[in-house]
Amino acid sequence: MNPGTTISISSLFIASSLVVVSLLFSYFQKLGLEKETLISVGRAIIQLVIVGYILEYIFGQKSPVFTTFLLAFMTFNAAYNAAKRGKNIRNGLLISFVSIAVGAMITLSVLLLSGAIQYEPFQVIPIGGMIISNAMVALGLCYRQLSSDFKDKRDEVEAKLALGADVLPASLEIIRGAIRTGMLPTIDSAKTLGIVALPGMMTGLILAGVSPVMAIRYQIMVTFMLLSTTAIASFMACYLAYRTFFNQRKQLI
Amino acid sequence: MVLLKLQNISYQSENKSILKNISLKIDAGDYLSIVGPSGSGKSTFLKLCAHLLSPTEGKIIFKGKDFRQYSPIDLRRKIGYCAQTPCLFGDTVEDNLSFPYLIRKEKVNLTRVQTLCSDFNLDFALLKKDVQSLSGGEKQRIALLRTLLFLPEIFLLDEVTSALDVTNTLLVEKVISSLNQKGTTVLWVTHNLEQSRKYANKLLTIENGEIKAEEVLK
Repeated sequence: MNPGTTISISSLFIASSLVVVSLLFSYFQKLGLEKETLISVGRAIIQLVIVGYILEYIFGQKSPVFTTFLLAFMTFNAAYNAAKRGKNIRNGLLISFVSIAVGAMITLSVLLLSGAIQYEPFQVIPIGGMIISNAMVALGLCYRQLSSDFKDKRDEVEAKLALGADVLPASLEIIRGAIRTGMLPTIDSAKTLGIVALPGMMTGLILAGVSPVMAIRYQIMVTFMLLSTTAIASFMACYLAYRTFFNQRKQLI
Repeated sequence: MVLLKLQNISYQSENKSILKNISLKIDAGDYLSIVGPSGSGKSTFLKLCAHLLSPTEGKIIFKGKDFRQYSPIDLRRKIGYCAQTPCLFGDTVEDNLSFPYLIRKEKVNLTRVQTLCSDFNLDFALLKKDVQSLSGGEKQRIALLRTLLFLPEIFLLDEVTSALDVTNTLLVEKVISSLNQKGTTVLWVTHNLEQSRKYANKLLTIENGEIKAEEVLK
């Protein structure tokens, strides 16, 4: 790490004047966003300071059990949030938890076995956080797509059921569409990496003094792991969730 | 022989009563026309017979056995159903006609497809056509054809000729009537009073979710 890149408290204090610029714009343009801006900045500072201290404590803990517990806790929270996007999906929380956990486990196992990362909290927790939150967003999109398609394409599903199809062939098109919807944002962002934006992780490493050539290695790894976790989690969640749109007599609810 | 028996069937949806205490016997080989004003519950009646819905009360007996004793898939393969608005899926006509074979893990029987195409006055070359480019009449005839690739024991039709011109309506009527003569039981919901009496041997009138009249025509 390049010591010259360390930010002092006084530098941060001066940088806070940038918030004043935003407040002045809001005031003179009568946007009415002053209160909102101050609250958001206040929250960001408090939340990040707390997270900073928590992470410092966590990274200090060398116990793999503690690290695993934290990953499980993150997965549960992500599953809880994803399940909220699919309120009409029975066992949404369980389906989301299993899908995200399996996706994250497979991806982390490959990264660990390849030697790309170590099972150390300072590596596993941030990487786990990235893949788990990405899977959470993907599942939310999958659930919304499943719910709207089972409503909009009711006639199509019923036509297939009436022809004597089981629930899986009757839903296959919808399931595939939902998986695609869940995966597309990750694929699209992978396509534009380095062209439209330098991703957060790479930018962070470069700012911290790591050479860009080394930083891209990490970013390439991140791209791979996000793609695999999103694919696994979306696939599992859609195939586990579609049945909840049918009753025991294989009729659309 | 009684093929389908409805015993005190009621159906409620979102606390609204759609069908009330319907009891009816349909014999094998019957051609039953069902008439009634819009919103009287005719389509729901057909969906219950197609096992796409289950009655809230009462039971439906098919060949002496309760619907619930059959696997839903086996049951639906014995009972053909065609909705009022034809719903074609996939990209091409071929996707639709291969689907019934695909779900039975069978090879497409092209001879059967060809015979039915000629019955419904459809060009065999239509198979490669995009479903979006078809006319309403073509879509409806393909939906009918798709249901008949494997001959059902009961054929349920929900106002299937409402979007067809006179020529195609007569054609569909003829195909269905000839199927009936070969033994398929037909239940046809229609708004057309002339059509309802043309080939049918029984006429059922449904009003406000109840059977208003049951008439033997032939």
